[in-house]
Amino acid sequence: MTGSMVLRTRGLTRQYGRDSGLVRAVDEIDLDVPAGQALAIMGPSGCGKSTLLHLLGGLQRPTDGQVWLADHRIDTMSERALARLRRDSVGFVFQSFHLMDELTAVENVELAALLAGQSPRRARKRAMYLLDRVGLADRARHLPAELSGGQRQRVAIARALSNDPLVVLADEPTGNLDSAATVEVLRLFDEIRAAGQTLVVVTHDARIAAVADRMISMRDGAFADDSPLAGAGMAGTGSGRGSGTAAGAAAGTVYGGRR
Amino acid sequence: MQDVVLAMLAKEPAHGYELRSRMRGALGPLGDAMNAGQIYVTLTRLTKAGLVTSERAEGLPDRPDRRVYALTPAGQQRVAAWLTEVNWPKSDLTEFHLKLVAAAAARLADPVDLVDAQRREVLRRLRDAQRAALDHSVDPVAGLLLEGVVLRLRADLEWLEACERMWTERDRTGRASA
Repeated sequence: MTGSMVLRTRGLTRQYGRDSGLVRAVDEIDLDVPAGQALAIMGPSGCGKSTLLHLLGGLQRPTDGQVWLADHRIDTMSERALARLRRDSVGFVFQSFHLMDELTAVENVELAALLAGQSPRRARKRAMYLLDRVGLADRARHLPAELSGGQRQRVAIARALSNDPLVVLADEPTGNLDSAATVEVLRLFDEIRAAGQTLVVVTHDARIAAVADRMISMRDGAFADDSPLAGAGMAGTGSGRGSGTAAGAAAGTVYGGRR
Repeated sequence: MQDVVLAMLAKEPAHGYELRSRMRGALGPLGDAMNAGQIYVTLTRLTKAGLVTSERAEGLPDRPDRRVYALTPAGQQRVAAWLTEVNWPKSDLTEFHLKLVAAAAARLADPVDLVDAQRREVLRRLRDAQRAALDHSVDPVAGLLLEGVVLRLRADLEWLEACERMWTERDRTGRASA
């Protein structure tokens, strides 16, 4: 019934508080995310975007409305089944990385696979493959404290990919990173997107637009604007001529005052 | 453009195509938008103004352009003056601000809709500039320019957010008091 939609919501609502203190953090949202789409949801803090992400990933339950993850309706699912589905089908990336401080990079990445019952050998092999993919094969035995912020977030992204998820959900993934580390993470997201991974990122960092196929602006718990970003598929990992010329147009605005 | 071309000649006399390739190198992906003839038009103007001289160069039969350009003393003075001049490209927000005010006053259009349209355009530009910056082949010096473009557009987006808050609020209170 959900077709090729990886995520689907109808009338999705989440309220906090009650009576005069009632806040509709997410207010009757209908959303369809097709397989392979990289979706960015942007808005100021307090607009409800993080709550929405938590509802999509089954980390919170809605007050009203429905959520499907592929063919599974998750808002009515038992806690146990939901935990299993999250583990097998969703990859999470958080602003503050959420790595285990006492585990090395590779141990952090393989943990989910081990918990899912995979053999240590297979789990390690997969973790090493993923660390190589995020450019950190040589940091596999380092503890998080020995890594830079950008490297930690790349480990977290490798971990999010470890169960080969249907969707990666990221909450302000560049929120704690400096400019150079943000570029590292954006490049990585771009590679993941080009590989066909479905991706939903909530953020107030507009630079994420560089790696998204679609942007939604959110305010007061609802979608204010939903626009496809033409050319994302074409641009691929290496930007073509088109993007250079358009960037030239962008620079034109900066130079405009000088002429 | 005139000042830039003069300053690039300050180190040593050069052919037009050398100036062009130096400039494109410094601009990176943003240099793609540069018109090839622009340098020559500028050099001709600078020559007429007495800031640049040129002479035919020997020994480069494979190049159609054989003139070597050099600064005159007046050109050198102008470069020195330009380098010490303090100015900064303006980002003119006044017009857009007044557009919102006028649209709201005359009820011609919803200011929030105008802000939305503007945001889409700024986002598109930001996306293009950031995508260009993600390219591994971008030279770090040229990348610095892209970083500046992205920073400015992010500031514009922040301001548009503030505009949206203000005009959404006005709309609500306006209706309440009406």
